[in-house]
Amino acid sequence: MGMTVITPLLYWLSWIFLLLSAGFFIAGTVGMLRFPDIYSRLHAVTKADTLGLGLLVIGLSLRADDLYSVGIMILIWLLVMGSGATACQLLARYGRESEGDTEADDVAS
Amino acid sequence: MSLHEWMLDGTLGLLVLILAVAVLHVRSLYISIVLFIAFGLLLALIWARLGAPDLALAEAAIGAGLTGTLLLAAYGRVSERRRKAEEPLDWHAGPALLLSLIIAVILMRAVWPLPDLDSALVPAVADQMAQSGVGHPVTAVLLSFRAWDTLLELLVLLLAFMAVRQLLPSLPRQPEAWPLLQAWSRLLAPLSVLIGGYLLWRGSADPGGAFQAGALLAAGAILLRLTGLLPALGWHHFWIRALILGGCMVFLAIGVAGYWLGTGFLGYADGWAGPLILLIEVFATLSIATTLTLLVIGETREVRE
Repeated sequence: MGMTVITPLLYWLSWIFLLLSAGFFIAGTVGMLRFPDIYSRLHAVTKADTLGLGLLVIGLSLRADDLYSVGIMILIWLLVMGSGATACQLLARYGRESEGDTEADDVAS
Repeated sequence: MSLHEWMLDGTLGLLVLILAVAVLHVRSLYISIVLFIAFGLLLALIWARLGAPDLALAEAAIGAGLTGTLLLAAYGRVSERRRKAEEPLDWHAGPALLLSLIIAVILMRAVWPLPDLDSALVPAVADQMAQSGVGHPVTAVLLSFRAWDTLLELLVLLLAFMAVRQLLPSLPRQPEAWPLLQAWSRLLAPLSVLIGGYLLWRGSADPGGAFQAGALLAAGAILLRLTGLLPALGWHHFWIRALILGGCMVFLAIGVAGYWLGTGFLGYADGWAGPLILLIEVFATLSIATTLTLLVIGETREVRE
């Protein structure tokens, strides 16, 4: 009895999270393309990775059939967050070590 | 197919074409390599969309991941001057174009009849699946019906490694690894062992297999080596030689044993196909992983002495 009410509710709730996630991904991409320097670009793109993907995982978890797939999605999110944070640090350090040089490369891309 | 599926596939197809053109025409060699990796990942997605998870896995692990790493490693060894040099279109372009056209025509002729899926091979494989000793048709073809091809693939990899060794690539001195990267690779390396082992084990019943598992293991080993957590590796270590040669040797030994026992070269005795294939795959995975690791990180000077 309860399930019949909750399932459509969860379905519509998941749309909110999915749309929010799409918003973060789009904002992150626009930020990466438009922000002036490497640090603010990294800031934009890692926000998209962590928040965008996190909201996507929440949205998809609300429609998942079982806890198993929810667990897998959360693990994927943790992995992407970890590698995103590490890659961000590496790129920022590289940027600081070769200031000027990378700026030119970034503009060319 | 519904509209949103068309949109997704259309976008993927368009993006992969744009990336292919960009890889060839972008000015900086470095950006070209990065775009090539993105191209490989998109191609893997397309294979997955086409219902070919084996190819998707192989493309993601080897095409995008490993080839990308090899290209980046090569880029690190190219001198500053040659990175900037632009290859002008000279007389090479004509023959190259002609050769590409001929290959394209041959490929088109090979690929064109595929969509009707009336190949006689599909029912033939399905017929013989019970005897193959494994549950996944792709693995059955690779290690049972056409094991000869897979053995030759391993030999090609071994030859490539030998050739690279002859060139004595000199490595730039590795910079000090940052603690953050070290900590992260300490976490990632066990994961690569776990996922690689899973892919290898799953290969007998589902998409996966030695090459994908080997590429993942190699990724873990390369990370550990680059962060200085693994000591320098080289051909002079007995166990490195044993691991690299082990794949071909076990494969050949089992092939010859089949010949000796009367089932023919690379034929498996009744009831033994499953365990023998698993044995071959385990050694092939270790051999592929070690070879790929050494191909990327090379052997440092000190090690060679």
